[in-house]
Amino acid sequence: MAVEASRTSGILPASAPAPTAASSLPRYPALWLLALFLLILPAFGSDFVLIQLFGWTFILGMIALSLMFLGGYGGMVSLVQMTVAGCAGYMVAIFGTSAVAEISLGWPWWLAVVVAIVIATLFGTLSGALSVRTEGIYTIMITLAIASAFFYFTLQNYSIFNGFSGFNAVRVPQVFGIDWRAAVPFYYLTLFWAVIAYLAVVYVSRSPFGLALQGTRDNARRMEALGFNVTAHRIAAYAFASVIAAVAGVLLVWHGGQISPGTAGVGPVVDILIIAVAGGMSRPIGPFIGALIYVLLRTFALDVMEAVGLDGKRFQLLVGVGFLLIVLFSPDGVLGLWQRWHRRFLAPAAPPARGGVR
Amino acid sequence: MPANVAERLSAVGTANALELRGVTRLFGALAALVDITLTVRPGERRAVLGSNGAGKTTLFNCITGDFPASSGTIRFFSEDVTHFPPHERIRRGLRRTYQISALFTGLTVLDNVYLACCGISRGRFSLLRPRRNDALVASAENLIQAVHLAGVRDQLVSELSHGQQRQLEIALALAGAPRFILFDEPAAGLSPTERSELVEILTSLPAHIGYIVIEHDMDVALRVVESVTMMHNGRIFKEGRPEEIESDPEVQELYLGGGHHG
Repeated sequence: MAVEASRTSGILPASAPAPTAASSLPRYPALWLLALFLLILPAFGSDFVLIQLFGWTFILGMIALSLMFLGGYGGMVSLVQMTVAGCAGYMVAIFGTSAVAEISLGWPWWLAVVVAIVIATLFGTLSGALSVRTEGIYTIMITLAIASAFFYFTLQNYSIFNGFSGFNAVRVPQVFGIDWRAAVPFYYLTLFWAVIAYLAVVYVSRSPFGLALQGTRDNARRMEALGFNVTAHRIAAYAFASVIAAVAGVLLVWHGGQISPGTAGVGPVVDILIIAVAGGMSRPIGPFIGALIYVLLRTFALDVMEAVGLDGKRFQLLVGVGFLLIVLFSPDGVLGLWQRWHRRFLAPAAPPARGGVR
Repeated sequence: MPANVAERLSAVGTANALELRGVTRLFGALAALVDITLTVRPGERRAVLGSNGAGKTTLFNCITGDFPASSGTIRFFSEDVTHFPPHERIRRGLRRTYQISALFTGLTVLDNVYLACCGISRGRFSLLRPRRNDALVASAENLIQAVHLAGVRDQLVSELSHGQQRQLEIALALAGAPRFILFDEPAAGLSPTERSELVEILTSLPAHIGYIVIEHDMDVALRVVESVTMMHNGRIFKEGRPEEIESDPEVQELYLGGGHHG
């Protein structure tokens, strides 16, 4: 499935003869199989599998996808994406309904969601505007500083963010007579938005805007010499990525039913970076692969540790070692491993991957 | 903005393409350019010669705004662009190429040229992919033909030969409607065949497009220009027609005798 994004050759994929792939209808069998599997999963998956494994994977994958868009196409490693999601989650709780009735405004869910996404997008865009003039490690530092500031602000502010305890009982609305809080509807809800976000990134990466973003990654100075305002372009990229992170943030608060400062603390902020890097930053599918591995490790590491007679409390050790191994063996995460394997055994003439962080 | 456009339109044909007055560029205590005053007519083709460190590339960087001038004024078709960021100067019809190819190596040849065409169009921020009959794609295809790269249109730039990358470098500078182009050593590292191809590309540019070319190879430089500026230690040393410069004893002493002439 990872071939999907790469083999669209250039801005006019249809007119260019595909050099390798057979152009009959099931062009990417793995992709179609995956789509079928995800669609019929509720037929045999338990609620736990649907919500705790896949629902969570889709949500974290979307947040990591927004980082992949900035990092993989724009060369900007932003640590603020989880914070943007957290911001959207908080806004849903503040403008909508929660158990903290003295703060929550109780607006209709659709209004609260739209306002939350708009505010979180503005927040992410502003963070981008502060950081885009810097490069590399300084971008990481500035975005980490913004993320930490948001964490401490929500922790210490009680009048709006309700401090340490945050908000709980943030319910998924009932719309069209469907209880979206139930496992199957919520699974399809997260799947739907994850697919939309994925397709949007794939599509935009080949649009003039996305191509130009990759141009600023490869050579920002030349982009200026072609008439592009590189700063404005990078800020616009933050805006686009923030929309994805904000939508994921709404799903995140609905998924857990609660939000508190720890949701977007430094730990989760770094987790998003780990997910994107371990999955692979060169293609939009990478973050979802990374998110699935992360969720599986987080969920089952404790059981695995206890099964082999170790202290279950040290499950983080297994999580860390798992990601360390991936990154150690492949600079481009699981995607890189898969490509290497694919090239060696399946398609010796397969062209090299394009894009990617440098 | 409309008044500005009208001003620029009325200026075409009467004003000089480039007018530098007392341009100085300092890097700390080092003066890379000292009090450069230079006038280039529209459509004029000029070579800038000089040994390494003479300030030729810095001159280009000041004109395009890559490095702003420390003092002095730069006018482009009578408009004062001294304090404009690079992209604003480019949108007014100025173009440049780089001595060391500055291409987007992770993208295909077509994508590179298409980007160059987008840069000076309104579609820069478009989230929509181009349609089959998109005008920008068509102009990108034409440019690729013009620089003889049609055969490698869909290859990644990182897979191109050095000569092909130099040709692509020129294609990027020809995108849109250039009025004046700065070529920074376009022949660097090219084979003799590729050099004559380059001369053909340069001489077949439309007559209204002027350019300045930095070139060490006198055989290339003197065949594609009508005037020459010699630079030395950040200053303009001599100006004249190619044959005057070539026969000037001081120039020969300083430059041609220096072993640069192959």
